[in-house]
Amino acid sequence: MTSASTADVVKILPVGDRALLLELDGPAEVHALHVEIERRRRDGRLPAVEEVIPAARTILIDGLADPMRFAREVTDWQVPPAEVDDRGLVEVPTIYDGADLEQVARHWHMTTREVIATHASVEHRVAFCGFAPGFAYITGLPPECTVPRRANPRTAVPAGSVALAGEFTGIYPRPSPGGWQLIGRAEVSLWDPNRDPATLLSPGTRVRFVELGS
Amino acid sequence: MMIRSVDVLKAGSLTTVQDRGRIGLAQLAVPRSGALDAPAWRLANRLVGNPEDAAALETTLTGPVLRPRVACHIAVTGAWSPVLVDGRPGPWGIPIWARPGQVVEIGTATRGLRSYIAISGGLAVDPVLGSRSTDLLSGLGPSPLRDGDLLPLGTQTGPPAAIDYAPYPPPPTELKLRIVLGPRHDWFTDATLAAFTQATYTVTTYSNRIALRLEGPPLQRRHTTELPSEPVVTGAIEVPSDGNPLIFLNDHPTTAGYPVVAVVAADDLAACAQARPGTTVRLWVRPAAMR
Repeated sequence: MTSASTADVVKILPVGDRALLLELDGPAEVHALHVEIERRRRDGRLPAVEEVIPAARTILIDGLADPMRFAREVTDWQVPPAEVDDRGLVEVPTIYDGADLEQVARHWHMTTREVIATHASVEHRVAFCGFAPGFAYITGLPPECTVPRRANPRTAVPAGSVALAGEFTGIYPRPSPGGWQLIGRAEVSLWDPNRDPATLLSPGTRVRFVELGS
Repeated sequence: MMIRSVDVLKAGSLTTVQDRGRIGLAQLAVPRSGALDAPAWRLANRLVGNPEDAAALETTLTGPVLRPRVACHIAVTGAWSPVLVDGRPGPWGIPIWARPGQVVEIGTATRGLRSYIAISGGLAVDPVLGSRSTDLLSGLGPSPLRDGDLLPLGTQTGPPAAIDYAPYPPPPTELKLRIVLGPRHDWFTDATLAAFTQATYTVTTYSNRIALRLEGPPLQRRHTTELPSEPVVTGAIEVPSDGNPLIFLNDHPTTAGYPVVAVVAADDLAACAQARPGTTVRLWVRPAAMR
């Protein structure tokens, strides 16, 4: 596979006077560019920045002294497709008894057993983090397996709930209101500020959901 | 050896510990936090001889009543709050020498909203993820002050500023904010953008360290498609589905699902920190430097 020239695949949007938003076609392109940015940062080939934040289709770079200059430099980059990360695999023991399993099965045109088998057989990857410390947007399901958010969000979703929205799986680190479709619950310590690293799931981490009990 | 500390006799309406915040962790969904009016916070530290980025107290309208257990210098900056030392008026904006057991009361601000109280040695509460700041969105860092708390202080590292008066612009009574349009200003029509930059908005009482929520002409989007969550910066002006814009401040979530129409210039964020509910807001477009 050939590297893509950044100019062909990235739209660069100024954000205030110290940041840039880089917009890409999808999660694979975001992942490849994020890996390249972090590689250059490690090698000392990136200007000083305060934050590099990936999201669903974008990467924000904040704290640039000269955003325009960096924007011109980025357009000349050759970005190789991201290799498989060896950032380690996190296994998430999961009980698939979520209240919205049947709803998901209808959307996916499968039985609930097939939904569980699909979800647990895929190797997922953390695309980005947001919403709250410890919350990861986890991608990896086949493209036809998406669901909308619930029309009526719940006022209280228990901590540990495994849920789906759009193309993503998420696990709620704390009880909170939530509109995602619940498919199960997991016993994992997603976030502990006294631990190093504080977060269990960070961008690029590979994830497997392991079904408990049947 | 005496442990340097200060008793909190009364906490005040919402008083938190703040420093420069948590930098470099936004990709883990950790908000920046930190002092909302950074120049006022840094000045307070310089006045008492602290390194500029020492942890200090940030008040909200009504400040705390403190009783240091050791001799120390205290300085109050930011909002114009009356200062009483053992019941007698004390100075604002310059270092105050307090003996052990003296009662220092920071009252209700008459202008501006947030005062900064620096104490020589800085506040030495345990840092979380490299910062002593209270994050009111995620709950990281120390809890807001409560009556009866005992705050540890660090060791004094430098002398207080030897001055009689530190000139400092007063907290503004109306906001005139310079903004750069984007990144999602193309989600709005030119007519909507023109109206937005000509209108007068008002800060509502629903404002806090997370955002200033504004009331005024709502912004109508061109279309109602969903925006995939994207990262946002402090100062971003987000337009949720009801059209009422809000300005993200330091405790803002790291990603948001609604379009950001513009971003307030970093130099104008201190003024946002001092804006009480009812303050009027006007927006001035700075041309984006890019093509």
